[in-house]
Amino acid sequence: MAELKLVGGYPEYMRKSIEAVNNTREERRNYTPPSMTAEQRTEILSKYHPDFVPGGKRKIKIGQNKGDMAPSEVTDLLEAYPLIDPKKIKLNVDYETDILIIGSGLAGLSAAILANDCGIPKEKILLATKLRVGDSNSMMAEGGTQAADRPNDNPAIHFLDAYGGGHFTNKRDVLWGLVEDAPLVIKWLENLGTMFDKNPDGYFEEKWGGGTCRKRMHACRDYTGLEELRVVRDEFRSREIPTLEFYSAIELLTDMCEDDAHKSKGSKENKVTGAVLWNMETQEYKIVRAKATIIATGGFGRLHIRGFATTNHYGATGDGLVLAYRAGAKLRDTDTVQYHPTGAAYPQQIVGLLLTEKLRSTGAQPINKTGEAFVFPLEPRDIEASSFIRECYERDNGITTPTGMRGVWLDTPRIDQINGKGYIAKSFPGMVRMFERFGIDMIKDPVLVSPTLHYQNGGIETDPKGKTNIEGLFVAGEVSGGVHGKNRLMGNSTLDCIVYGRRSGIYAAEYVNKVAKLNTPTLKHIEKYIKMLKDAKIKEERKSPILLPDYRGKATLARMVDIF
Amino acid sequence: MEKKLDVIGEIKKASKSVTTGIDEKDIEYWVEIYIMGKGYKVPAALTVMQAMEYAGYRFTRACGCRAGFCGACSTIYRMKGEYKLLTCMACQTRVEDGMFLVQIPFAPADKPSYDLDKESADPSIFLKYFPEIARCVSCNTCTKACPQDLEVMDYIQSALRGDFKAVAEESFDCIQCGLCAMRCPAEIVHYNVAQLGRRVYGKFLNPPEKSVEARVKEIEEGKFNKDRDNFLKVSEKEMRKLYAERVREAD
Repeated sequence: MAELKLVGGYPEYMRKSIEAVNNTREERRNYTPPSMTAEQRTEILSKYHPDFVPGGKRKIKIGQNKGDMAPSEVTDLLEAYPLIDPKKIKLNVDYETDILIIGSGLAGLSAAILANDCGIPKEKILLATKLRVGDSNSMMAEGGTQAADRPNDNPAIHFLDAYGGGHFTNKRDVLWGLVEDAPLVIKWLENLGTMFDKNPDGYFEEKWGGGTCRKRMHACRDYTGLEELRVVRDEFRSREIPTLEFYSAIELLTDMCEDDAHKSKGSKENKVTGAVLWNMETQEYKIVRAKATIIATGGFGRLHIRGFATTNHYGATGDGLVLAYRAGAKLRDTDTVQYHPTGAAYPQQIVGLLLTEKLRSTGAQPINKTGEAFVFPLEPRDIEASSFIRECYERDNGITTPTGMRGVWLDTPRIDQINGKGYIAKSFPGMVRMFERFGIDMIKDPVLVSPTLHYQNGGIETDPKGKTNIEGLFVAGEVSGGVHGKNRLMGNSTLDCIVYGRRSGIYAAEYVNKVAKLNTPTLKHIEKYIKMLKDAKIKEERKSPILLPDYRGKATLARMVDIF
Repeated sequence: MEKKLDVIGEIKKASKSVTTGIDEKDIEYWVEIYIMGKGYKVPAALTVMQAMEYAGYRFTRACGCRAGFCGACSTIYRMKGEYKLLTCMACQTRVEDGMFLVQIPFAPADKPSYDLDKESADPSIFLKYFPEIARCVSCNTCTKACPQDLEVMDYIQSALRGDFKAVAEESFDCIQCGLCAMRCPAEIVHYNVAQLGRRVYGKFLNPPEKSVEARVKEIEEGKFNKDRDNFLKVSEKEMRKLYAERVREAD
């Protein structure tokens, strides 16, 4: 049982390459590789970007988005059978509530607080969450939250930045809601006690984000999401809103009418009226009947699209997408996924985790194993990521880790070389701490990076109130689609969560006041969905939602016997 | 003859240690750890969390962001042959030969409810909601337990003095894992004390920012409604033109 020998946190065999990076730093002081031409960009994208390399997507065979392309991992979930047999579930109501919120990131928590503010008593709100309250991608956000609040900026400029960044595919009215509410959200967070970075005059210190033409990133050191989340969570807990932790939603409930006759008479095809929850520990199900249901379950990074490592939370398995789709909600922009170029490639402990873009905008260069700067450091994310893949896999100029990851160096010491000693420690305390834990000093040595799966661009389509095409069903946050189009800009995700969390809470409150009485809840939509699966000749080999990923060792799984 | 390179396939293969679980045949270096007393041989390059998964555990509790932000995977351990109890976050700590591990995924601690709109930056607020902080014996066990290396005892002392700024600054990197509270002989829930301190500081001692106030007012007055109406009706071509005409502010 030999221990791995490490020098300065890295395996001994990597030191030679690290020395090459350290030795060429002085000659690179005033050198930056040129940015690519449009033709070069097109070529590198089509050859190396995971969204463009053929084989990763397929058409959805059933349902309202039939024919749309989505990553195979997502299509797999949509073309899967439910976890429960709808005929075997007794729909006796365990919880009767006005608003059921599923998910407890920034979107879910904001929704609960605003619904309460709008007059829904706390007893008439129920928040169910798969893990602990607050477990979400929200708390992992580093960079900041966009809001056009400086005098030389305004919501219209923010709108244009996001619309162009989304390749002109964003749903415009929903995007307008995002930029219009942004300053209000910052004010709301401040009033709750969020500690945004401010300069000595009391104004926000606002920073650049990729693709913006104004500095409008509001940060809390490099723990922006954590600070926003824990403040909003503390407010949520102080209000004592009923909460079910470690309860997954495994299906929605509808009062769907069985026969088409009802439809032709003008009654709604279906209406969401709550959910089936499942206790993650006792495996018991509970029936929640609700006048309005808000899905705020987050993204799907843990599906490891195309086999990529991810920056995402353990619970990011796309559950809400599946549930809503089965109930008839429309999806959009399912064909694109955001990969971030600088995920950690080493050490093993943090593979795939995000190393903020700000490292490159303050001077860190991507360097190959021979110490050569091979790409312009601030290409758009997709181009930059593709160039890393080419360097590692076509040119074989990457560094291979003990677990077989190939990466390139991100020359972090160059940040201090350019900006002066002490700059890294001051600007990136969280990141310095993370590497320090594994014996790596990013002030002295470069760090190893490779592209990582980051964000679900598309999702469930909404209107500017957070409403879906299904009555009684609202969505907020990463699970929604439309606001970011086919590509999200930095700083717009925490914003999206809070803006549409708040709006869905407000409009769900307004909606439930108009709902007089609910019919008996059913799982008819699931029976219908199963029939569609069978008609499409989809085999019963997959079930969804998957709830959590499975990382157990293969050797153990091979010897596992299910007897207890 | 040029062989077609399956790039995505290569990445997929290389990433499988973090995407689908690790394969025994890929492992060169091993260590032995003890999960709740039971010994397992696990790959040396894994975190405590990944090693437990390798051994066959599938987490519901004690696993969250897997990135050191959420505080779900609080772990207490002892090295073989030692008596000292150590703490770590399972997702941010590499396994070492001879670790005896147990996880503390939940802290049975109370959080008082308060409405900050009805409070002020009155230094007595800490004792009002957390009278137990007066029982601090300055043993510093909390500080030693902190996986973020915060000066926990110092900020509790700052809270006793009613120094909001010090509490806020010293506790800012807190991930609320609860290890401090679980080790405290005085049953103080440090991370909740800190949360109150930061919120009071952020709300009352950091005066409201002026430009955001002004912008919210402008929006409420409808100053940008004509931009909205325009954006909602013009063609994509026109939108592309507007996008191209943006001028980037100076660095």
